[in-house]
Amino acid sequence: MMKLLTSLVLGLTLLSAPVHAQSGPLRLEIDEGIIEPMPFAVPNFVPDGASAAQYATDISRVVAADLTGTGLFREISSDAFISRVSSFDAPVQFADWKAINAQALVTGAVNVSGERLTVRFRVWDVFSGQELGDGLQLAGTTDGWRRMAHKVADQVYSRITGEGGYFDSRVAFVSESGPKNQRLKRLAIMDYDGANVQYLTDSAAIVLAPRFSPSGDRLLYTSYESGSPRIYVLDVGSVQRQELRTQDGTMSFSPRFSPDGRSIVYSLIQGGNTDLWRMDLASGQSARLTNTPAIETAPSYSPDGSQIVFESDRSGTPQLYVMPANGGEATRISFGQGRYGTPVWSPRGDLIAFTKQNKGRFHIGVMRTNGDEERLLTSSFLDEGPTWSPNGRVIMFTRETQGASGRATLYSVDISGRNLRPVRTPDGGSDPSWGPLQN
Amino acid sequence: MNVLGKILALGALSVIAACSNNDPSALGGGAGGSGAIVPGSPSDPRSPAYFQQTVGDRVLFSVDQSTLTPQAKTTLQGQAEWLLANPDYVAKIEGHADEQGTREYNLALGARRANAAREFLISRGVAGNRLQTVSYGKERPIEICSTEECYSKNRRAVTVLTGSTLG
Repeated sequence: MMKLLTSLVLGLTLLSAPVHAQSGPLRLEIDEGIIEPMPFAVPNFVPDGASAAQYATDISRVVAADLTGTGLFREISSDAFISRVSSFDAPVQFADWKAINAQALVTGAVNVSGERLTVRFRVWDVFSGQELGDGLQLAGTTDGWRRMAHKVADQVYSRITGEGGYFDSRVAFVSESGPKNQRLKRLAIMDYDGANVQYLTDSAAIVLAPRFSPSGDRLLYTSYESGSPRIYVLDVGSVQRQELRTQDGTMSFSPRFSPDGRSIVYSLIQGGNTDLWRMDLASGQSARLTNTPAIETAPSYSPDGSQIVFESDRSGTPQLYVMPANGGEATRISFGQGRYGTPVWSPRGDLIAFTKQNKGRFHIGVMRTNGDEERLLTSSFLDEGPTWSPNGRVIMFTRETQGASGRATLYSVDISGRNLRPVRTPDGGSDPSWGPLQN
Repeated sequence: MNVLGKILALGALSVIAACSNNDPSALGGGAGGSGAIVPGSPSDPRSPAYFQQTVGDRVLFSVDQSTLTPQAKTTLQGQAEWLLANPDYVAKIEGHADEQGTREYNLALGARRANAAREFLISRGVAGNRLQTVSYGKERPIEICSTEECYSKNRRAVTVLTGSTLG
C-alpha cells in the first residue's frame, strides 16, 4: 500500500478562469467561537460512466465526513434535496439549495480511466449564488481515492474558513492490545481519520511515542528491542529502521525532530538522571542541553527552531520551561495548580499544548508560549500526549480508562475545547503524532 | 535483526527470573516436601528463587519518590549480602512507576528508582559492573487496578538476576 501511496501523483489544475476573488462572501470565522455549525450539502459527485459510480459515491461521503468531523459544518441529508445534480457543468439551481438552507454546496464529477482517477469539484456560496474560489481538477490513481477526497475537503475547508486544511494527513501512533500488565504495542500509521492503518513494527518489543519528521518521511520512536529504551529512526516509505546511537550503556527516549529535520532533541538517562541532549543526524554528534539533577524530558521545538519547550521537575514538581535551542537559561512558563508535562509547540507558533495533572484528573490544555491564557480542553482519568493538526486547530491525544479493563484510545478535540471525539483504530491506540499535510 | 536475536538469546537465560517475577508462587510448589534442600528451589539459599522470595527481589516507593524507605533498605541489604555471597550472578534492576503520570516523566522516574537501588547495593560492596538498570516507566505494571493498593505495588524497583557466569 505504501508503494501505491508514494507513487500516487496528484495534480491540481484550474478548471476555469477565476470568476471571483478567493475571499467570497461566505466565510466562517473559527475564532469567533462557532456555536451553530454551517449547513452544507454534498450531492453525490457525478460519475462519468459506470466504472466511476462507486468512487463518486465514496469520495462524496469522505468529503462530507471530513467537513462534518470538524464540528464546524453540518451536512444536510440528501433526503431533503430538491435539486438533483446530474451534470457537473449544468447551472446550479440555487433556489432549491436555499430552500433547504444549505449555505455551502460542493459539486463534483469523477472519471475513471483504467487506474487513473480524475476528480473535478466546485464550491458554491448558495446565498450569493457565486462560486467560492476556482473549480479544481485532481488527478491520481484509483488506490488513492481517499486522499483525493481529503484534498477536496481541505480545499472546501480552506475556502470557507480561510485556514489551512488538515484532512490529507497521516497520524503515526502506537497500536495497543491486551491487558495493562501484558500490553502489546506496535508502531502503526494511518490516515488522520483512522483509515488505511499500516503496522510498522511487530509487538515483540515495547515501542513508544513515534514522532514525525517535518516532511513526514521519517519517524522517530523509542523501542525496547535492545532490552533498554533507545531511539530509532524509521523510514516511512521503506519501513527500514535504524538505531540512533547515543552514549553506550545508557537509556534514551522522548526524541523529537528539529523543524529543519536535520537534528533531534531527546532525553538521555545517565546514572539515573535524565537530561536533554541534541544530536546532529548527519554527523551523529550529540551535545548536552541541560545539566541538572532534575528530570528534563518531553522537549519540543518552536516552529522557527530557535527555542525548546520541555518538562522539568527542578522546582520540585514537573513544570514547563522554555530555553534557547542550544541550551542555556530556561524560563518557567507554567504556574497554575498541579503538574504539567509533554508540552508541544503549535505549528502556528502561537500556543503550547500540554498534559496537566491536578487533583487526580488529567487534562489536555493550551497556553500562550509565555504561559499566559491557560485553557484546559479536556478532563478525564488519564489524558496525555497532545499532538497538533497541521493547521494548529485540532489536538489529538491519548485517553486511557481506569481499572483492570482499562484501554487506551485516541481522541481529538478542537482548540476551543469543542468537538471532543474518539478516533477509530482497530485496537487500542496511544501516543499519536500528527504528520504534515501531504503533497 | 541481529540485535533482536541476541536479545532473544539473553531472554532465554533469564527466563526463570522473568517468569517467577510475575508469579512468585510458580517456583515454590512441588519438590522438596521432605525438607531436603532441593538445588534451585526456594529452599536452596544459593538459588535465584531464594533471592526472589526469601531475600525479596523488589522494593517499593512512595508517590513520585525515589528515596529508599527503611523497609526498602532492609530488603536491599539482604540483596547485597546475597549478591556478595553469590558472586557469579549479575543483575538488572528494573525501575517502574504507577500509571499516574505522563509516559515520559514515568520513564525518567523509573530510572531514578532503579538507580537508587543500584547505588545502595554498590554502597554495600556489590561491584557496579554487576548491576545494570533499565526503566520501564508505567509500561509494565504488575497490578492493574487503578487504586492506591495497586499503585503502591507498581512503584517498584525489581532486582532481576540475569544470569550466572557459572552457566
